[in-house]
Amino acid sequence: MHLAYPAVLAALLFCTGLYGVLARRNAILVLMSVELMLNAVNLNLVAFDVWLRDALHSGQALTLFTIAIAAAEIGIGLAIVLAVHRNRGSSDVDRLRDTAETDAAESLPGDEDDTTGTEDQATAPAGKAKKAEATA
Amino acid sequence: MTTTTLAVLVPLLPFLGAATGLLLGRTAPGYVRPLAILPTLAAAVIAVVVAARQGGGPAIDASTRLTPTGSVPIDLALHLDGFAVLVAVLVGLVATCVQIYSTAYLRHDPRYPSYAALVSLFTSAMLLVVYSGDVMVLLVGWEVMGICSYFLVGHYWETPEARAASLKAFLVTKLGDVPFLIGLFALAADTGTFRITGILGAVANGGLDHPTLIALLLLAGVAGKSAQFPLHTWLPDAMAGPTPVSALIHAATMVAAGIYFVARLLPVFAESGAALVVLAVMAAVTMIGSGLAALAQDDIKRVLAYSTIGQLGYMSGALAVGDRGAAVFHLLSHGAFKAVLFLAAGVVIHAAGTNSLTAMSRMGGLARRIPDAYWTMTVALLALAAIPPFAGFFSKEAILVAAEHTALGERHVAPAAAGWTVLVAGLLAAVLTAAYATRLWLLAFRGRGAEAPDHGRQPAAMTTVLWVLAIPTIGFGLTVGVITDWFDGHSLTPSVTTAVLSTGVGLVGGLVTYGAWHHTMALAARTPAGAVVAHPEAEPALIEAEAMTHHTAGYGDAPGTPDPADPGRLLLGPLHRHAATGFHLDALYATLFVRPVQAAASLVRFLDREVVDTYVRGSGTGARWLGTAVRRAQTGNVQTYLSALLAGSLVLAIAAVVFANVNAGS
Amino acid sequence: MTLAAAAAHPGFLSPTGIEIAFVLVGVATIGAALITVTTKQLVHAALWLVVALGGLAVEYLLLTAEFIAWVQVLIYVGSVVVLLLFGLMLTKAPIGRSPDADSENRWAALGVAVAAAAALVWVVVDAFRTTWIDLDGPAHGSTETTGAFLFRQWVLPFEALSVLLLAALVGAIVLSRKRSKEQS
Repeated sequence: MHLAYPAVLAALLFCTGLYGVLARRNAILVLMSVELMLNAVNLNLVAFDVWLRDALHSGQALTLFTIAIAAAEIGIGLAIVLAVHRNRGSSDVDRLRDTAETDAAESLPGDEDDTTGTEDQATAPAGKAKKAEATA
Repeated sequence: MTTTTLAVLVPLLPFLGAATGLLLGRTAPGYVRPLAILPTLAAAVIAVVVAARQGGGPAIDASTRLTPTGSVPIDLALHLDGFAVLVAVLVGLVATCVQIYSTAYLRHDPRYPSYAALVSLFTSAMLLVVYSGDVMVLLVGWEVMGICSYFLVGHYWETPEARAASLKAFLVTKLGDVPFLIGLFALAADTGTFRITGILGAVANGGLDHPTLIALLLLAGVAGKSAQFPLHTWLPDAMAGPTPVSALIHAATMVAAGIYFVARLLPVFAESGAALVVLAVMAAVTMIGSGLAALAQDDIKRVLAYSTIGQLGYMSGALAVGDRGAAVFHLLSHGAFKAVLFLAAGVVIHAAGTNSLTAMSRMGGLARRIPDAYWTMTVALLALAAIPPFAGFFSKEAILVAAEHTALGERHVAPAAAGWTVLVAGLLAAVLTAAYATRLWLLAFRGRGAEAPDHGRQPAAMTTVLWVLAIPTIGFGLTVGVITDWFDGHSLTPSVTTAVLSTGVGLVGGLVTYGAWHHTMALAARTPAGAVVAHPEAEPALIEAEAMTHHTAGYGDAPGTPDPADPGRLLLGPLHRHAATGFHLDALYATLFVRPVQAAASLVRFLDREVVDTYVRGSGTGARWLGTAVRRAQTGNVQTYLSALLAGSLVLAIAAVVFANVNAGS
Repeated sequence: MTLAAAAAHPGFLSPTGIEIAFVLVGVATIGAALITVTTKQLVHAALWLVVALGGLAVEYLLLTAEFIAWVQVLIYVGSVVVLLLFGLMLTKAPIGRSPDADSENRWAALGVAVAAAAALVWVVVDAFRTTWIDLDGPAHGSTETTGAFLFRQWVLPFEALSVLLLAALVGAIVLSRKRSKEQS
C-alpha cells in the first residue's frame, strides 16, 4: 500500500481539527477538534510503525500512550470547561477575554460582546477594574 | 621657623579655615565663628612677622617645582619683596576686620557658615596672589578670587539684583581674563619662564620681543579685575553683595590685585611706551568719569563703588608713569580708608534703614545715633579727599609727584604724554573726589527732618573694627619716611608744588559742594522723601537686603530720583542725568553685546524647540502609534492568538521546505 | 480478527483492494470530521465525531494494527465521546441549530487550515510518493504482539502512564467539585 494514503489522510484530518480549534466557539467543540488532531497523529504513528517494521513497535506503543493521555486530557479539559461555565455562565472561548488590551478611552470593536453580553455583565466590570489596577 | 615657612603659612591658614568651615558648617555651627576669625587673624599676625623679617631688604625667593611641563615649567614659588609683604599685611588686616565685622553683621544669617568660609577662601587666594612668585600660580589665586567674588556678590540670591550683579561681575572679569591668559602665555613664550624673577631678568636683558602686545593683553585682564574703564561696569552693581564683602573684595583687596600685578611686572609694561600711554589714558578716563558718576549716585554704596574705581584709576595712573612705589603706597592707604568707609556705610545703612542718600538727607540726628561710624567715616572721607595729614594725602601726593616729574621730563621711565595726562586728570579728579566726599558726608550726616530711628548701640564687633582700621587711615601717611625701605628705597615724600595744588583744588571742590548744599538744602523740606525698611529691628544684613530691594521701588532709578535738594544735581547740571547712569555704558554694552547674544540664544532656542524637538516628538508619536496598532491586536481572544501563531509557524515551515528544496536543487 | 487473518493471507484481498478500502473509508472519515467541525448543531457534532473516530479505527485495522483499533473504539467512541456529550449537557448546550456555533475567527481559521493542508499534503506527497508499505507477513498489531512489546519493552512508561491517569483523575475531581463555601 502506498504510504502516501495514510499520510495524506492524517494531514487532512489534522488540518480539519486545526480549523475546528480555530473556528469553533464552544469550548467543548474545541476539545472535539483537538481529539481529531490527536487522532491524525495516531494514524501517522501507526502507519509509519507498520512501514518501518520496528522491532520495538515504538509507533504503536506511543499511539496507545497518546490515547491514554488524550483520555486524561479530555477529562481535565472538561472539568476546566465546567468550572469556567459555572463561574462565567458561558463556555464560549471568544468571550473569555480578560487579557484584552482595553481601557476606558479606547474600546475595541471586538470588545462589544464583552460589555453587551447579558450573562457575564456581572463579571465584566470586575475584569475591567482589575485591568485598571494593573495599568495604574 | 624661617621666613619662607612663615610665608607659606600665610595663605595656607585661611585656606584650611575655609575648608574646615565648609566641612563643619552644618554639623558644628558653634565652631564656625572661631574657624572664620582665628585662621585669618593668625595669617595677619604672621604676615606682619614676615613683613618685619623681610624688612625691606632684598627679595626672598623660594620655589619648588610643581609641574614639569616639558616646555615652560610651573613652580610653586614665593617672591617676597617689600610690596608683597606690605600688601599681605593689608590683606590680612582688612580680612580679619571684615570677618569680625561679619559675625555681627550677618549674625542671624542661615548661610553665614558658607559665607565665612568663602571669605576665608577669598583671603587665602588673595594672599596667594600677593606672595606668588610664579604667574601661573598667581593666576590660580586670581581666578579663585573671581569665583569667590561671584558667590559672595550673589549672597542675597533671592533678590534679582544680586543674581544679575554676580553674573555680571563674573562675566565681565572673565572677559578680561581671557586676553590676560593669552598674554601670560605670550609672556612665557618670549621669556621662557613663568617665574617672576625670571621674567624680570629676561626683560632686563632685552629678551622681550613683543612688549606692546603682551602689555596690552595683560592690561585687559587688569582692567577687568581692577575695574578700569571700559570694564569697570561690574563694580557698582557688585554692591548688591553684603557690605563686608564690598569692603573686603571691592575696595581693599581683589580690585587691587590688578594694580598689584602690574606693579610686580612693571618692567614688562615699561618696555612699551604705547602700553603706558594706553594705561594713562585708561586711568584718566576712569578717574574723571567715575568722579562725575560718584557725584550723581543716590545709593551710598554706589558712591563708594565709583570712588573705588576712581582711586584705582589713580593707582593705574601711577603705574602709567612708571612709579610702582606710589601705586602700591596708594593701594595700601586706599585699602585702609576704603574699608573704613564701606564698613561704616554698613553701620549707616543699618541705622538709617535705607541706602538712599536722599532719604538720609531727610533724616536728622543720624550722626548722634552712630557716633563711631560718624567719626571714622569723617576721617576716612578726609583721607579720601586727600586732606593732610591723613593717609590719602600722602599716597596721592606720591602719585602726583611722580606724574609731575614724568611730565616735566625729570623721570624717563614713561613718556611725557603719559605724565601730563595723569597729572591733569589727577588734579581734576581731586576736585571731584573732594566734591563727592563732601556731598556724601553732608547728605548722610547733616540731614534735617524726622529723627533717625533708634536701634540702640551698634554691636561692638562692628564699631571696634572701624576704629582699628581708622588708625592706619590717620597714621599710615605719616610713616612715609620710615617705610621707604619697603618701596625700593624710593622716596615718597610730597613736594610743595603738588601738595599745595592738590590740597587747594580739593578744598575748592569741598567748599563749592558745601555752598551748593547750603543753597539746595532749603528745597529739601519741600520734597519729602523717606522710606524705612519693614524690619528695623532685624540684623544689619537683612536690613541691607531689604533696603536694596526697596530702593528702586521707592526712589526709581538714579536719574529719575526727583530730589532738587541734591547738591550733585546742581553742580553737574545737564551732566547729572548721564553721570547717574554711569554714562550709559551699561546701555551701550547691552546694545552691543547683550542683545546679539540674546538674539542668538533665542535662535538656538527656536532651533531646539521647533526643529530638534520635532524629531524627538515625532519619534515619540511614532512609537505611540505603533503601540496603538500593536495593542489593537491584543483582543484577548485566544483563537486569534493561536491563528496568528500557527500562520506564522506555517510560513516558517514553508520557507524552510522551499529553501531546502532550492538548496538541494542547486 | 478476520481482517487481520485476511491480511496475513495474500490474495484474499488484493493490495489494490486494501488501498481502495482505505481510500473509501478515509473519504468517509474526512467527511465526518468536516461535518464535526462545521455543523451548527452541537450534539450532532459529537455524533459525527463518533463516525470519524470509528472510520479511523477501520483504518487502523486496514493497517493491521488490530489492538489499537479496538482500543480506539473502546476509549474514543466508548468513553471520550460520551464524556463530551456529558460536557455538552452539563454546560447547557443548546439542542438544535445554534447560529453562533462558529466564532468570528472562522475565515482566518479557514485560511490557516487550508494553507496548512496544502503545505502538508504537498510535502507528504512529495516525500512518500514512491514509498510502499509491505502489509504481508504476520500482523504487527495483534493483541498478542501488542501485549508482548508493551509488557516487555514498554512496561516502565506504561506504569508511569497509570500514575498520570491517576493524577488526571484526581485533578478532574478537584476541578469539577462544587465549592459550597465560596458559592454561599
